[in-house]
Formats: sequence, structure tokens, C-alpha cells
Amino acid sequence: MRNNKLIYLDNNATTPVDPRVVEAMVPYFTEHFGNAASRNHPFGWAAEGAVDTARQQIADLIGADPREIIFTSGATEADNLAIKGVAEMYKRKGNHIITLETEHKAVLDTCKKLEREGCEITYLKVARNGLVDLAELEAAIRPNTILVSIMFANNEIGVVQPIKAISDLCSKHKVLFMSDATQAVGKIPVNVKELGIHLMAFSGHKMYGPKGVGVLYVSRKSPRVKVTAQMDGGGHERGMRSGTLNVPSIVGMGKACEICQQEMETEMARLEKLRDKLESELMQIEEVVLNGHPEYRMPHMTNLSFKHVEGEGLLMTFNQNIALSSGSACTSASLEPSYVLKALGLGDDLAHSSLRISLGRFTSEEDIDYAIAAIRDGVNHMRDLSPIWEMFKEGIDLDSVEWSEH
Amino acid sequence: MAYSEKLLDHFKKPKNVGTLNKDQKNVGTGLVGAPECGDVMRLQIEVDEESGVIKDAKFKTFGCGSAIASSSLATEWLKGKTLDEASSIDNMDIVEELELPPVKIHCSVLAEDAIKSAIKDYQSKNGL
Repeated sequence: MRNNKLIYLDNNATTPVDPRVVEAMVPYFTEHFGNAASRNHPFGWAAEGAVDTARQQIADLIGADPREIIFTSGATEADNLAIKGVAEMYKRKGNHIITLETEHKAVLDTCKKLEREGCEITYLKVARNGLVDLAELEAAIRPNTILVSIMFANNEIGVVQPIKAISDLCSKHKVLFMSDATQAVGKIPVNVKELGIHLMAFSGHKMYGPKGVGVLYVSRKSPRVKVTAQMDGGGHERGMRSGTLNVPSIVGMGKACEICQQEMETEMARLEKLRDKLESELMQIEEVVLNGHPEYRMPHMTNLSFKHVEGEGLLMTFNQNIALSSGSACTSASLEPSYVLKALGLGDDLAHSSLRISLGRFTSEEDIDYAIAAIRDGVNHMRDLSPIWEMFKEGIDLDSVEWSEH
Repeated sequence: MAYSEKLLDHFKKPKNVGTLNKDQKNVGTGLVGAPECGDVMRLQIEVDEESGVIKDAKFKTFGCGSAIASSSLATEWLKGKTLDEASSIDNMDIVEELELPPVKIHCSVLAEDAIKSAIKDYQSKNGL
């Protein structure tokens, strides 16, 4: 094992900040430190100008108008603002929200809170491949439905939902459509106008920008959407999100969006090729299952279950050299295996055996070659230790064994 | 989560990995846990019938690093012990030796269960 380099394959958790982004941010900590809301002096003007530029860069990436960009502290806050803000603003129209079982906790827990406060929430199931069933979605829409909140791309399995078809259903039934696009924006083409998205949350740190900054896109025209502010104060961001703007991070997020837009096409192709190499090599190992949809998914990642191997143990065989994550219970604080994988209908055993491998801008082919070898060795090592692998190889039906659940 | 050196050593170079012939009269086998729970331990002891001392112990474990290290340590401790001595191994001894964090204490409990279950299997096979 080499100890001099740590390979980072957990880009769905967060990405490093691109040095070009850091460079753009630095002057806004010191030289141009002004408050973007200070209208009467050059310090404020410089800050405001920089925020305007960033707003334009971000709007350009997603095909929006700059006035539709509301800055927040991240995607979690943007999800909260969108869902709670719509629930409050449109409560006279209805109190029913539709979402997916596989959404991020920022959406699910927000919905659960609203449920406790009297809203009605439908949590749609997904197919084994992670996709929403459009007929089920349409059947779930009622006269009192005010919002459909369906993620663009899933953080664990990378499945990309049929966004245009969902928005068509929402338009047909005159329901607002919100999408948590944290894992998609900057990595694959996302155009809110073409796709008919009314509200969309995303964050800086998943696209080589800084942490602590995110965006809620709020449509201004057809339909003109409003959300009730969840943060009260100076009335920033068209009254939807008060708080002094985080100028350096906003500048960074703008720059990050600009770079993503310029490099998207080549990066998508490069990462897909690397991912396909990684995946096809790993799937040559016996008893490996691909989780999610083989086609409708993000190009930079894969989620695989290595049967009869426990994920955290597997990670420990190489985590001095490779950083990635697992859906195993042992890697979570709750000691529950991934709810996303369970929602696909995977048994707990397969959820425990999963690895999520997410590549990024700074992943090289050499990294992938190293990872393939290390993961293969790790799986072999863990299977040599695994009594259930031995039983499987002896032809014992593991479902027929009486296990002592604990 | 940062693990102790001892735990990492047992994980990376586990002791006594393997399989004893479970049909042999002087071999006791304990299989505890469940794949759905994320850990399964199989621990086996081979007993010297004259002296009643455990002369060999083997394990295989499906589980996290702590589960593997706990079972590896357990097999080390079992060798050379009488059945009575073996039954008195407490999960907290394993916790202390490997410095298991609180969320991993269940791994040591599973190892203790595996030891007890292997002893019980040996005893019932031999009418003890």
C-alpha cells in the first residue's frame, strides 16, 4: 500500500474548491470587503457588482434570469425555504405536497415537519431502478396539491429523474414543481426554462465552489412564484431571504458555475469514460450488483453492492489510500443501512454491502486504476473472512438459514 | 472514526481465520448474527477431549472492522483455555482490549455470544 497519496472518490459528499475559484474569491475577503447592501459608497458598490456578476454566471448555467437567483447558506436551506415557503404562501390553495421516498433528508425532514404542522404529504415509492412512476405521480395529485418536490439526481445512486415529464404533469394540473438539483447542477445540463422547473435548490460545494453558499431558483414568470421568507430581517433577496450576503462565497459560486459551464461537455465525457472503466472492471468480480438505473443516471458515479461483504469493513481495507462511502449501517450514526437503497427494494444485506464511488474534476485515470485494484483486493480479503461467502460458495441457500437476529 | 492500533492490527492481519470440520465430535461451532443486521460471526473451537482444553479456534466473520477484530481477538484468547475459563470471557474485556467506541460495543457482544454458542454446541454434541 502506498501511503503518500489519498485518492478522493467521494465527490458526491463534497468537492474540493477549484483553485481558480479560490483566486476569484480572495479579493472579496480583504480588498472588496463591503456589504453588498451598502448603497452609498464604493465598498458597497464593489460588493454589489461582484454579486451581480455571480448572479449572472449562476443564472447562465441554469438558463434562468439573474433576478430569479436567491442566495442561501446551502442547498439544505434552499430546500427548506422552497418547501416551507410554498406551504406557507399557498396555504389557501391547499396543503398537500408530493415527494419521493429517496429524496435527501433536507427535503424529507422538512416535509415531515410540515406534516406534523398539518400538511398532507405523499411519499411516492420508486421502482427498483430508482425512477419515479409517472402514472403514480399523476394519480397522487389532488385538488389541494400545491407542490411536487422531486430531486433531479439522487445523491447515493445517481439516478436522474424524468424531469421534463414530471414538470409537464405539474403544469397540466397547475401544481408547482420544485427540484433539489444539488447533485446535478454543474455536472449535467440543467435548464430550468426548458425543463419547466419552478423552484430549484443547489449548492456551491458540490461543483468545486465553497461550502456555506447555495441557491434557490424561484421562477418570476409563468408562473410567478413566491415563497414566504423563513428568515426575517433586512429583506434581502427580494424579501425571500434576509441576511447580509456572503460575498466571497457568492463570488466563488459564480466562478464555479462559469467553469462548470465551460468545461461541462468535456468533463461529462471524460468522467463517464473513467466511471465506465471502473464499473466494468469491478463488475467482473463475482456477485456484484449495480444499484440504480444503468442508463438514466449521472455520468461521474456508480453504486455497487459486493455480496456477502460488509461495506464498512471493505472501506477499512483501503481507506488509508482511497476515500469513498458506503450505504452500510456501520458508516452511519443511526446504525441503519441506507434508506435510499432500502427504498429501491434492496434487502438490508445488499444495502450493507454497497459502495458509492463518485469521481470528480481532479480524478485521474491513474486514480481509477489504483482504485480498481484496491477495491478488488479488499473484496477478496473480506470474502476470505466471510462465513456467508463460504456458505454461498458451498451452495447453501442463505435465506433458508435461521439467523439469530440481534 | 479512528480505531486503536490493536484493532487495526487484528483487522488487517486477522488471527485464526478458517474453518474446522463441524461434523467432528470435538469441534464446537457458534454461528451468530444475521446478514440483514450487517454482521455474522462463525466461531469454532476444537477441544482436547482428554484435558478439556481448547487446542484450536477458528473464525470467519462478515462484518465491520470491529466485528472482525473482536472475533480475531476472541479466537486468540480461547486457545489454551478450559471450557469454564472460556465461558467467563466477557464482552467488556474485548471492548477494553480493542478500545471499541460505544457504537461498536455490539460487536463485542456478538463475539461473546459466538463463544458461548460454540461451547454450547460442543457440550450438546458430547452430552455434557
